[in-house]
Amino acid sequence: MSGVSLIGIGAAALVGIGLYGVLMHRSGLRRVLAFNLVGAGVFLMFGIAGKRGAAVGLPGDPVPQALVITGIVVAFAATALAVALLTRLADLRTKPAPMTSNDTPPPSEAP
Amino acid sequence: MADAANATSAGGILLVFAVVVPVIGMLALLMLRLLGLSRAAPVALVAIAGGTAVAFATAYLVIGTQSALVYVVGGWAPPLGLALRADGLSAVMMAMAAVIICGIALYARPQFDAPDEAPEGRRAFAFWALLLGLWSALNLVLVGEDLFNLFVALELLTFAAVPLVCLDGRAETLEAALRYLVFALVGSVLYLLGTAILYGQYGTLDIGLIHDVARPDLPTHAAVALMIGGLMAKAALFPLHLWLPPAHAGAPAPASAVLSALVVKAPFFIILRLWFDVLPGPSAIVAANLLALLGAAAILVCSVVALRQERLKLMIAYSTVAQIGYLFLMFPLTVVPGVPPWETIGWTGGALQLISHAFAKAAMFLAAGLIYEALGHDRMDDLAGAGRAVPVSLFAFGLAGLSLMGLPPSGGFIAKLLLLNAATLAGAWWIAIVISIGGLLAAGYVTRVLKRAMAAPAAAIHTQPVARSRELAALFLALCAVALGLVPLQPFGLFAIGRSVMP
Repeated sequence: MSGVSLIGIGAAALVGIGLYGVLMHRSGLRRVLAFNLVGAGVFLMFGIAGKRGAAVGLPGDPVPQALVITGIVVAFAATALAVALLTRLADLRTKPAPMTSNDTPPPSEAP
Repeated sequence: MADAANATSAGGILLVFAVVVPVIGMLALLMLRLLGLSRAAPVALVAIAGGTAVAFATAYLVIGTQSALVYVVGGWAPPLGLALRADGLSAVMMAMAAVIICGIALYARPQFDAPDEAPEGRRAFAFWALLLGLWSALNLVLVGEDLFNLFVALELLTFAAVPLVCLDGRAETLEAALRYLVFALVGSVLYLLGTAILYGQYGTLDIGLIHDVARPDLPTHAAVALMIGGLMAKAALFPLHLWLPPAHAGAPAPASAVLSALVVKAPFFIILRLWFDVLPGPSAIVAANLLALLGAAAILVCSVVALRQERLKLMIAYSTVAQIGYLFLMFPLTVVPGVPPWETIGWTGGALQLISHAFAKAAMFLAAGLIYEALGHDRMDDLAGAGRAVPVSLFAFGLAGLSLMGLPPSGGFIAKLLLLNAATLAGAWWIAIVISIGGLLAAGYVTRVLKRAMAAPAAAIHTQPVARSRELAALFLALCAVALGLVPLQPFGLFAIGRSVMP
C-alpha cells in the first residue's frame, strides 16, 4: 500500500469519526472538537491532492497548501466563535440572573 | 473561450467595490472614537448608501451591456488566480440585497442608536458591524467564481449571521445560535470535502474551467453530492431545518429579517451554481426529483407546523422553511428537452420566488417586530388590538402575506404561477398539487394572524407607540414584493444574461 492511499484512508477515518462525534454527542464542546476532527480529515484530503500533483502534471502542487492554510484559519475562527458562545452560555447557566444591565433584553428583542 | 471569459470587463472593478465597501464601513466602525463620533449608526448608514450605489451600478451595467461583468483579481487569470463574475441573476440579487439592507437599516436605526458609552452601545455597535460584514460576504457569494473562494465567503456569512441571532445575550438565543453554528459548520466542512475531491480531479476550482472539462464520473458526482448536501443544511432544506425556527425567531426583528430574507438564499445560490454550472451533461432527473421531493415535504410539513404555532415570529420562521421548499421544486422543472435550463419557465419561476420571498419575508419580520413592540408580546392568542395600534405594520404584513400565499398582485403569485405552469407542462402533477396545497396552507396561517389582529380587544390593552418611519420601512419592502407582480409572465432575459456564454 502506497503512502498516499494510507493517508487517504486516514483522512477518511478522521472524517468518519468526526462526523459520528458531531451527530451523536449532546455536549457542545465535544461537538466542536469533533468538527475539528472532520476538518483535519478534509485538510489531509487537500494534502493528497497536492501530493498527486493534481491534473496539472507537476510532481507536487503548491495550491492545496495555500487552501489548507486558509482552511485552518477559517476552522480556527469557527472554533473560537463556538467556544465563545459556549463559555457565555455556561456563565449564564451558573449565574441565572442577568450579569449586567447589558444583558437584560429590551422588550423588542425577545421572541 | 476561457481566455475571453477570463478577461476583466469594463466596469468589472465594481465587483471588487461591492465586496470591499461594506468592509470599509465595518473598519470605520472600529475607529469610531478616532473619527470623533459616538454613534455607530450614521457611519454604517453612509457605508450602506455607498454599497447600494455600487450594487445598482453593477445591475445597470449588466443589464445595459446584456453581458456578465468579470474582474480578474490582480490580473492573475484562473486557474492560478481568482475571477469575480456577475451575470444577470447575480446582479439582480445584488440589487435586491441592497434594497433589503436599506429597508432594514432604516428600520433598525432608532432601535440600535445608542451612543458608544451607553450600556446599549455595544449591542448597537455589534448589530451594525455584523450587518456590514454579512453584506460583504453575501456579495462575495454572489460574484465568486472559485469554489474555495465561495467556501470562505459562506464561512464569513455564517460568522456574521450567528452572533446576530444572540444579540440580546439570553440563554435561549445563545443555544439557538450554537445549534445554528453546528449545523452550518458541518455543512461547510462537507462542502470543503467536495471541493478537495474536485480539486484532486480537475486541478482547478474555477467554476468556468471545471465546466469545460467536467466528466460525468463517480468522483465528480460524489463531490457535488457532498457539497449540495452540506449546503442543504445551511439553506435549512427539510429535514435539515431544525436549527432555523429558534434562531430566526429569537433574533431581534431586523436581524431576523436579514437572516430569513438574505442569509439562507446564499447557500441556495451556490447550489444553483453547482447544479447548472459544475455538474456535467444533462442534469440527472432522479437527483432533481429527490431535491424537489424534499422541497415538497418542506412545503407541506412546515406550513402545517406554521399553522399550529402560538408565537408570531416562530410562525414566520416556519413559513421561511416552507417557502425555501418552493425553491427546490425548480430542479426537475428546468429539464426541458432542447431548451437551455435558464430559458425555461421553471428557472424564471424559481429565480422570482427567490427574490419575491426575500422582500416579503423581510417585510413580514419587520412588521412582526413592530407588532411585538406595540403589544409587548407576540402571542397569537392575544393579538387583538394590533390592527388599531400599528395599522401600517399590519397592512405591510398582509401585503407580504399575499406574496407568500401566491395571490395577485405579487411577485409570489407570478413565481408560483410560473412553477405551476412548468410542472403542468412537464407532467409533474405531484409538484402542481403541492404548490396549490402550499398556497392554501399559507393563506391559512397568514389570515389566522390578520383575523386575530383585526379583532377588537376584549379589554382595553396598553400599547406602546412605534415610530412611523419604521412602519414605512416595513411597508416599503412589502410594496417591493407586490411590485414584482407587475413583471411579464414569461421567461425573461434578465435572469439569462451571461448564462449562455457560461464558459
